[in-house]
Amino acid sequence: MKVKMWGVRGSIPAPGPSTVRYGGNTTCIEVRSDDDSLIILDAGTGIFPLAQTLLTRLPITASIFITHTHWDHIQGLPFFVPLYIPGNMVRIHGAYDLVSMQGIEQVMNVQMQYSYFPIREAELRAGVEYETLTVGEPVAVGDATVTPVLLNHPVPNLGYRVACNGRSMFFTGDHEPWANIYPPDDPEHANYQAMIDHRYTELYAALGELDLLICDAAYTLAEYPPKIGWGHGTFDHAIKFAQRIGAKRLMCTHHEPTRSDDELERVFAEAMSRHPEPGCEVMLGREGLEILL
Amino acid sequence: MAQLTLELERKLTTAVERMPAFPKSVQVILEMTRDINCLPRNLVGVIEKDPVMTIKILRVINSAYYGLPNKITSVGQSVVYLGINTIKNLALSFAAVGILPRFNTTGFDIQRYLLHSLSVASIARLLCEKFARAEADPGDCYIAGLLHDFGKVVFAQFMVGEFMKALAITVDSGKPLYAAEIEVIGADHAFVGALLAKKWKFAEPLVNCIRDHHAPDAEPSAMLDCLRMADAICRKLAFGDAGNPWREEELTALPVRFGNDIEATITALGDLEKIINDAQAFAQIGTER
Repeated sequence: MKVKMWGVRGSIPAPGPSTVRYGGNTTCIEVRSDDDSLIILDAGTGIFPLAQTLLTRLPITASIFITHTHWDHIQGLPFFVPLYIPGNMVRIHGAYDLVSMQGIEQVMNVQMQYSYFPIREAELRAGVEYETLTVGEPVAVGDATVTPVLLNHPVPNLGYRVACNGRSMFFTGDHEPWANIYPPDDPEHANYQAMIDHRYTELYAALGELDLLICDAAYTLAEYPPKIGWGHGTFDHAIKFAQRIGAKRLMCTHHEPTRSDDELERVFAEAMSRHPEPGCEVMLGREGLEILL
Repeated sequence: MAQLTLELERKLTTAVERMPAFPKSVQVILEMTRDINCLPRNLVGVIEKDPVMTIKILRVINSAYYGLPNKITSVGQSVVYLGINTIKNLALSFAAVGILPRFNTTGFDIQRYLLHSLSVASIARLLCEKFARAEADPGDCYIAGLLHDFGKVVFAQFMVGEFMKALAITVDSGKPLYAAEIEVIGADHAFVGALLAKKWKFAEPLVNCIRDHHAPDAEPSAMLDCLRMADAICRKLAFGDAGNPWREEELTALPVRFGNDIEATITALGDLEKIINDAQAFAQIGTER
């Protein structure tokens, strides 16, 4: 299995001279299974350069898994060029949206309203299929399986565990560790904490052993307090998460759009200094980074 | 009843989607959520006092898409799974539907109904904590109390003529409301509430409690006992009103676990003033009983 990063930025693309090394595109990860089946995790702007590389190998079959429908994870979808070429097959998977009470089939339709985009969904020429996923139920893609796991973000966010011939990786999408909403002296505190603990037990059981964890690590410890509840974690959260599940490698992603490359390396080094023995290889997500599992 | 079931299920499940929530929770949710930093625990505190919002949230979280191995039975638990911001936005979308009018043409007083439901919920939880702690979860008993009469709001909203007739029969003849409902509609609020709860994949014990709360012969459980006893206490003390006044002959059918001295059970519960004051404040009912 091969993993390649095409977008590692959170919230909004951040092109420019200060982000050249890590890249300015929003979230997109290409995963190739052992039989070369194409799995794409999220369709942020990074999916556009990925699409360019596919045009020499048409027709293609692509299975896109959307973690959640915030713009930085779907914005590149209408620019996924294979959608406009007959003969290609694109399967789009994602969560059921609670507030609109609709499945993932709305993801293109919402973006391709004529006032906002010049091409209508009906004009796509590839075969397009939508599958609204059930949490915990694996989807087979070639010789790999992709299992959705419900995490914590302001909209339902599915993390995806991809497994192929004994190797496995997990991408959180956007995720903030669960926190107790009751202060310690509140009578509800203990009960709520027990529910959170149960939630973690379920999560760890669902993930099992991992060769690679790609985790939302948007903030530093100092930045986090005023952003509690925004649905993102810190470098320290990600490191502890990797340690707890015994992941062999951890990649931190969802970099803040205002963070320059130098600043990113500085805050990463600072976080690592608090964890001198993280117990796994820890790296920063970077556009173009490829990992063979 | 089988034929009626299909017809009712079709009509009522779509109807409940459009059902507005209670005035106080809509008002408070709209106020609270203007502040981006509103406290999650305050938000949960409001949602779990509103039967309509609670039902809508449990319905979503227990839907097949989330594939949860165990049923979610409380608003707090839903927050753990969906995150507070999702719950906040859901609550806002429920608030946007509007508010239940205090009275509709049936004359059923929605705020006194809410006072009844909240009182039964809190007293069922208290009964569980004091008498059945090892056998049932107090939080589950609260939800059972909050939702046990949900079928009545559904009737009041969507089967106006029939429910008005049933209410009138109870007033005129002293017949229990559920019997009058069966006479007029062919099914009572317990049956319809349970039908919907089952369709929405609520936890089985909760479905059973809603179904059996007027059935003394139903298979007993600690949760059902607490619910039935709390319902009896609230009706005897006239905490709120859900169209079914207390009848002394019901004494003989109370759950065996509590004996047949309802006054002794009430005394054992201690001071209920805070519970009732809180419920009254939320139901927006002054000191009237």
